[in-house]
Amino acid sequence: MASGSTSTDMQRYLLNRIGQAALVLWAAFTVAFVLLQALPGDALMIKYQNPDLGLSPAEIQDIRASYGADSPLFVQYLNTLGDFLRGNFGYSVQAGVPVVEQLAASVPATLSLAGLGFLAAVVLALAIAFLSSLSEFAWLRNALIALPSIFVSVPVFWLGIVLIQIFSFQLKLIPVINPPAGLGLILPVATLAIPISAPLAQVLIRSIDDVRTQPFVGVARSRGGSNAWVLSHHVVRNAILPTLTIAGVLLGELIGGAVVTETVFGRTGVGQLTQQAVNSQDVAVLQAVVVLAATAFVLVNLAVDLMYPVLDPRLKRKTGALT
Amino acid sequence: MNGALTELAPALESVPVQVPVLELRNLSVSYADGHRTLRRVVHDVSLSVAPGEVLALVGESGSGKSTTAQAVIGLLAGNGRIDGGAIMLNGTDISGWSQKRLEAIRGQKISLIPQDPTSSLNPVLTVGAHVDEVLRLHTKLPKDQRRQRVLELLERVGIPDPSRRAKQFAHELSGGMKQRVLIAAAIALQPQLIIADEATSALDVTVQQRILDLVDDLRTEFGTAVLFVTHDLGVAADRADRIVVLKGGQVQEHGTTADVLRTPSSPYTRQLLADAPSILTGNAREFRAGGADNAVEVRNLVQDFPTGRNLPDFRAVDDVSFNVPRGTTHAIVGESGSGKTTTARALAGFHRPTEGTIVIAGQDVTGLDAKGLRRFRQQVQLVYQNPFTSLDPRQTIARIIEEPLLNFGTIPKPRRKEVVKELLERVRLPEALLHKHPHELSGGQRQRVAIARALVLKPQVLILDEAVSALDVTVQSQILALLEDLQQELELSYVFITHDLAVVRQIADTVSVMSGGRQVEIGTVSEVFANPQHPYTQALINAIPGNRKAQP
Amino acid sequence: MSQTTLTSATARTAGPGLDGTPRRRRLLGSRIQPGLLLSWLVLGIVTLWVIAPGLFTSQSATSGTAREKLLPPGGGHLLGTDELGRDLFSRIVHGSVHSVSGALVAVAVGLIVGTFLGLLAGSVGGITDSVVMRIVDVLLSIPGLLLSLSIIIILGFGTVNAAIAVGIGSVASFARLSRSEVLRVRRSDFVEAAFGSGGTFAAVLRRHILPNSAGPVLALVALQFGSAILAISTLGFLGYGAPPPTPEWGLLIAEGRSYLATAWWLTTYPGLVVVAVVLSTNRISHSVRKVQP
Repeated sequence: MASGSTSTDMQRYLLNRIGQAALVLWAAFTVAFVLLQALPGDALMIKYQNPDLGLSPAEIQDIRASYGADSPLFVQYLNTLGDFLRGNFGYSVQAGVPVVEQLAASVPATLSLAGLGFLAAVVLALAIAFLSSLSEFAWLRNALIALPSIFVSVPVFWLGIVLIQIFSFQLKLIPVINPPAGLGLILPVATLAIPISAPLAQVLIRSIDDVRTQPFVGVARSRGGSNAWVLSHHVVRNAILPTLTIAGVLLGELIGGAVVTETVFGRTGVGQLTQQAVNSQDVAVLQAVVVLAATAFVLVNLAVDLMYPVLDPRLKRKTGALT
Repeated sequence: MNGALTELAPALESVPVQVPVLELRNLSVSYADGHRTLRRVVHDVSLSVAPGEVLALVGESGSGKSTTAQAVIGLLAGNGRIDGGAIMLNGTDISGWSQKRLEAIRGQKISLIPQDPTSSLNPVLTVGAHVDEVLRLHTKLPKDQRRQRVLELLERVGIPDPSRRAKQFAHELSGGMKQRVLIAAAIALQPQLIIADEATSALDVTVQQRILDLVDDLRTEFGTAVLFVTHDLGVAADRADRIVVLKGGQVQEHGTTADVLRTPSSPYTRQLLADAPSILTGNAREFRAGGADNAVEVRNLVQDFPTGRNLPDFRAVDDVSFNVPRGTTHAIVGESGSGKTTTARALAGFHRPTEGTIVIAGQDVTGLDAKGLRRFRQQVQLVYQNPFTSLDPRQTIARIIEEPLLNFGTIPKPRRKEVVKELLERVRLPEALLHKHPHELSGGQRQRVAIARALVLKPQVLILDEAVSALDVTVQSQILALLEDLQQELELSYVFITHDLAVVRQIADTVSVMSGGRQVEIGTVSEVFANPQHPYTQALINAIPGNRKAQP
Repeated sequence: MSQTTLTSATARTAGPGLDGTPRRRRLLGSRIQPGLLLSWLVLGIVTLWVIAPGLFTSQSATSGTAREKLLPPGGGHLLGTDELGRDLFSRIVHGSVHSVSGALVAVAVGLIVGTFLGLLAGSVGGITDSVVMRIVDVLLSIPGLLLSLSIIIILGFGTVNAAIAVGIGSVASFARLSRSEVLRVRRSDFVEAAFGSGGTFAAVLRRHILPNSAGPVLALVALQFGSAILAISTLGFLGYGAPPPTPEWGLLIAEGRSYLATAWWLTTYPGLVVVAVVLSTNRISHSVRKVQP
């Protein structure tokens, strides 16, 4: 009986959680639509009213109709929503090609940059957190703990510039123009990873400290466990849990960081696409990027929520177990 | 076996010298505080524990009893250090040992049963893994043998169906079960010394009794010595061969249990004995019949709480009825989950009863609207268990006591100031506290402030929800005396919620016993104590620590 | 009952539990912390730059002499000059107005809108709570920079618009924090006691809930001020903030990029100023959070 009710509970929880995710996603799309399409500021006008093109108002009207820009707002909304659901993100007004094609061309580059940056950030954060909590020397501990607060205070774009300054111009280790693929990735990845590692390391250090003051850690010590034993057997798994909760926030930082990093290093990718879109008020592109980012956020949070009960047995469906 | 233990104690004493399992010689411990100055909290403490003996280390908060125990097992806080003296384990001084050497004996020679079983188990590990940990750390047994041993140990400490339980997590076990798991881990390698640090303080009395019985059994079985750290002289009296009383880090008293109880030599111990409710016998309060009318009338009170969609409501209180005649005290006793606090909160108007009526000062509370409820608050006030959370940390004492007056405010400011001063005097607090903040006061002083705030509206009824449970016994007895005085001076009626049957004798005229939301017994205090009808009440009375001495 | 247990022994700072005795209040000035002092000093200087830039430099921020272009630090120009011969130090000092006032606007937008939403959700509860928190979820689901860019694309470029865009990005954090603070304080015994002694909702909110939830919100204000400086300089760097020749900090760095090989000071110094200001606000935020009674 208990197992039966647990599985239906689980299904209900899953459905509920997925429904919520879909709701947030729909709302994010709506916000993006309201912000970018419903409000004034019209990319078509900017492009085609240019006197150099010499288009008559009637011709402009035709073009607008072909983009669907003259139908009532609500109809536009439904059309756009339907298009998005079918994977059609509209046309880039400036480039005159489907947004999907532009994205397909730029997403892989950004994905590899962001992925490597995230990995590097995790490694860096883990190193800082564990070295600081294992260190026997107060000065080393204090220095390591200070590191994330410095990292978090550095503007990403400036960090990139400083790294180029040092490694390319001063040390001349990495050529500025057309570096080999692997070598060229080092600086952008570092630029992205350093600021991202900061919040991660901070949360890790704080939760390691919190867990270490828990009575069960002292009790494990009283059984003869050494510091290292207690850290690896008791502290780590409990300390990882809070860091999962900031996964969504980190993703946002990662996307923002990627946009800036690509600009600084002149790399092609979603960042550059976004910047061009903003410069030319190319709404369709920006809208697609925003919805894509929101989707990634929602999926990451969904994954975290579903992973939580696996890592923390307390969250496995509560079926009156208090006996 | 209880009585037999203590009778054995003198006999053990007279046995020719054997090497004590643990001997402390002039142990001193200090903590470095924020300014790098040292504060000594344990002064020249000497004691010894013979094999198979139970020594109770008794003291109130801040007495240094836990610090002493921490020093023994080598787990002082990072800012604490041993200033002097020796810790002899089987005749070897371990006070200067490195952590690495200590790790070899912890769990093996000395083990620990901690205070709060809930936070002492790692929430993401199975309970079996906790017991297994000791075996992994100190033995080279292969995995399947360890597993076998874990199940044996769990079975030995009285956990039913150990192979299933071993795979469960802490949150799936009750408090008593969790404590049994921790005991299983502590005895796994049959250590020579077990330190029980307030090991049962967080448990209900009936559970506490069973756990203490278990520790007694295991001790006789393995001949382990026990250092029993406790704030409860009653528990010490029941279980220990000898007692050491600590105050301010200094030994006040040291002797066999019988001697300490019968002829205490230090004034502090005498004070402790006088204040400890459980050891009091025949010191019950004189019964008061009260006035002609009832200040509180509760009829068939039922309180349900929704538990979620498609699930039946949870019935927290099931058919409770009692009267409190004006000027008397009615106690509601029960263990955690008995529904006593829910009853108290319904009386205070914090939730609307599902069924039944509550009439306070002639007014039916159940039918009140928001406005009526606010006016009704002048008649009944609640005093909370924890005076650290019930006072706003940002307000001054004067402001805290004054606040209820502002809520019904037509009283001019100078008059309000007078009222606050009067009340401060009533609860026996100096006027100098008026402009302090709660964190500058001690626990007892804070509880007095909370009582003053409750009295400022001149209510007829005070509901005291575990109002003395968080306090040390000496402070507790002072607050109880204050409540007694206030009742006589102001003709107050009290509803006194507590888990501690022993206190009931001191304060209450009538008592309800609750269990699982139901009222299992009601009567005058003397009736219920002398002739308990319900088996649960009998169990509760039997479980009162210190009773074993009173009842031969 | 004793709160000290053997098992709290691993807490590095745990002292003996002295529940019965009064704890002494840790005063702000009881122990001078050099880092905190330095942080206040940095913010003090920057504030003076904003109010009276003339006190620090007599040179123009917007015009320079071509003869003196790209001079390294030292001599008549403390931090050197840029490609048009403008004094870099003067540009940084005068630029503080744009960066700091932008950050103030951003924090004000976030604080006012966010705290209002959070208070509303936390105090009213029920459906209002769900609706507000779903809105906050949506705001959180869009990365801060993209949200700012979406708003700038509508409002147009410029310092104020960039500031508003950044502020809207911080609404979600303020809303979440103030809501959770309200809920935390509301659950406490002393708030229930205040209702129990006949307090009305408005009175309890004023006397207990607001004062007790203000501390963490204040800490967040300091923290967000730092983040806003970062975000605004990022937008300035991307070219969506103040237009040239305004000496906004992010824009200074963007302009200096073209001379990376020859004039390192043009990018390094403005960046260091940004780092110093953000570090200081973070340090102050940390100390505010700790002063809780």
